[in-house]
Amino acid sequence: MLIHLAWKNIWRNKARSLVVAGSVMVGLWVGAFTMAYVFGMIDQRLKDAVENEVSHLQFHHPQFEDDNEARYYIAEGPDVLESLREDPRFKAVSARAVTFGMAGSAQTSTGGKFVGMDPSSEDQLTGLKGKLTQGEYFQSDSRNKVIISERLAEKLKVKLRSKIVLTFQDTTGNIVAGAFRIIGLYQTYNSGYDDIHIFLKAQDLWGLLGTAGQYQEIAALLHDPQQLESMMEEMPPQYPQVKIESWKEIAPELGLMVDSFDQYMVIFLIIILLALSFGIINTMLMAVLERVREIGMLMAIGMNRIRIFFMIALETIYLVLIASPVGLLLAYLTITHLGEVGMDLSGLYQEGYAAYGFKSFIYPKLETIYYWRILVMVAVTAVLASIYPALTAIRLNPVSAIRKI
Amino acid sequence: MEEKKPIILTKNLTKVYDTGAVPVKAVNSVSLEVFKGEFTALVGPSGSGKTTLLNLIGGLDHPTSGQVLVNQVDISKMKKSALIDFRLQNIGFVFQAYNLIPVLTAKENIEFVMLLQKRSKGEREQRVRELLNEVDLLDKMNDRPAQLSGGQQQRVAVARALASKPAFILADEPTANLDSKTAGNLLDLMARLNHEENITFIFSTHDQRVIDRAHRIITLVDGAVAEDQLVAQPVDHS
Ligand SMILES: Nc1ncnc2c1ncn2[C@@H]1O[C@H](COP(=O)(O)OP(=O)(O)OP(=O)(O)O)[C@@H](O)[C@H]1O
Ligand SMILES: [Mg+2]
Repeated sequence: MLIHLAWKNIWRNKARSLVVAGSVMVGLWVGAFTMAYVFGMIDQRLKDAVENEVSHLQFHHPQFEDDNEARYYIAEGPDVLESLREDPRFKAVSARAVTFGMAGSAQTSTGGKFVGMDPSSEDQLTGLKGKLTQGEYFQSDSRNKVIISERLAEKLKVKLRSKIVLTFQDTTGNIVAGAFRIIGLYQTYNSGYDDIHIFLKAQDLWGLLGTAGQYQEIAALLHDPQQLESMMEEMPPQYPQVKIESWKEIAPELGLMVDSFDQYMVIFLIIILLALSFGIINTMLMAVLERVREIGMLMAIGMNRIRIFFMIALETIYLVLIASPVGLLLAYLTITHLGEVGMDLSGLYQEGYAAYGFKSFIYPKLETIYYWRILVMVAVTAVLASIYPALTAIRLNPVSAIRKI
Repeated sequence: MEEKKPIILTKNLTKVYDTGAVPVKAVNSVSLEVFKGEFTALVGPSGSGKTTLLNLIGGLDHPTSGQVLVNQVDISKMKKSALIDFRLQNIGFVFQAYNLIPVLTAKENIEFVMLLQKRSKGEREQRVRELLNEVDLLDKMNDRPAQLSGGQQQRVAVARALASKPAFILADEPTANLDSKTAGNLLDLMARLNHEENITFIFSTHDQRVIDRAHRIITLVDGAVAEDQLVAQPVDHS
């Protein structure tokens, strides 16, 4: 009976009910979509970071990370590389001779990470060739050539085919330097990455470092990222001399980003719901005050306070709950559609996003669990928002309510 | 002769409103007995305390002093929530206006109180039909109040008041919003229910033609009973 009555009551003032239901709907639509957008952005960033930058796993000499010195190369590196290549769980493996130093042009110089690698393995792992914007990739016979980023080229005031000088310490502590010609310029979506990474062939770097055939870093991508955890347990005993790290350890800021955005999204949602609940309370209060006489009459003929309370509460909850599925469905459709075709924001914010390593092409996505979470939070909001109007209704006194005629 | 017990008994019933600059004695020491089957009009000038007295008898308001006994139960000190339940089971109300729930049909409005009383579906269906027939609105049962005329709405209100099988029905100026012909029809209906089914009515009114139909006329002046006139004997069904 209450259910029936409450349902009819919300349609007394259609326009007003629809405005409230509409605002809940739009609020949830925008809210869920914004979440999907942010998650899509983070997801893209994670995928990007893993596939183009850090890879799933990295192998180093245990001391390399602290000291960054080329003499801490991986013991038996070529053997490790060999056995990783034979492991079918890996999709791509690239071994790198790495050192840090200064890159200088005629005008200026800047610090950098020099990555000496095997061009085809590196391309398989990070897709470097595909990121070239100018020039060409390493050929089998190219010697003393480098590929740097567009940003770095601009910083160093050099162009394609200019020469730059890389200066660094060799394994014995002597400063060595070599001149390299720029054969290609690349660009990723992470300007922080672009600023320091300079690619050259491993042989060229070995010649200067004096560590022929040794690797400071081996990076690998898995076919199935789900296996990462179990491999992190299984592998260390097999390679006791190396420090094995997953992307979460190499780039902890990425994991942190996911966690903190999760929290931001909850706060964001609470703000939306708070705003909505003020609208709901206001509307329901109006609905109660408009019906003072009727509620007084209902009390007079024997409808008790509990029933009145539930009638008003139900009306409030209905308003919210009819709007929520519609809002979430709209969000779902929008998210699914844009999640497939993607959103191109290159015109809008490319500069701003690139600074944080975000792509300007975003695929919004929202896992099912979040829809449920939103629904639960909305339900809680509806119940909380219903209390005040319902309490106002039962505080009415039938005599004075009826006298208002 | 066995003494009949009154269904309503008030003892020195007094209500003082203390809200204004001077306290108003809206009802001043009223002692009354009302018996089953009476058809009583409460008359008096505007502000004489008719509504206040009906509200006290109906348990809508608490007296400042004195008592109201309904079927020997003292309701003057009952808690508000207990009073709501008491009203539901014992008292029928017909107000001047806003009697009906606008979103429900005539049939649903009548059924509503029985739902509150948790009557079975079968009983409800049957009684709603009986009552609609009684007030001659079977053909309008699925209309909502806005689709009914003022007189039809008041007839639905009477049917609704009867639906809970109350001890008596209180009606505060039930005809005030009706033209005289419709008012006459409503009075016919109430008189017939009183006559045929021994339903006790107490109604307040300003309308002389309505007063003329009453069996007993209680006149209030300044909250006190100035005159209590028995015009006709209540119909004896025993
Ligand atoms: N809530 C209230 N607060 C203060 N005074 C009140 C209140 N209700 C009624 N009164 C006063 O009590 C007195 C009796 O009022 P009541 O409404 O009972 O008269 P009535 O006989 O029903 O009048 P009417 O014929 O105009 O309906 C009046 O003087 C009125 O001003
Ligand atoms: Mg009055």
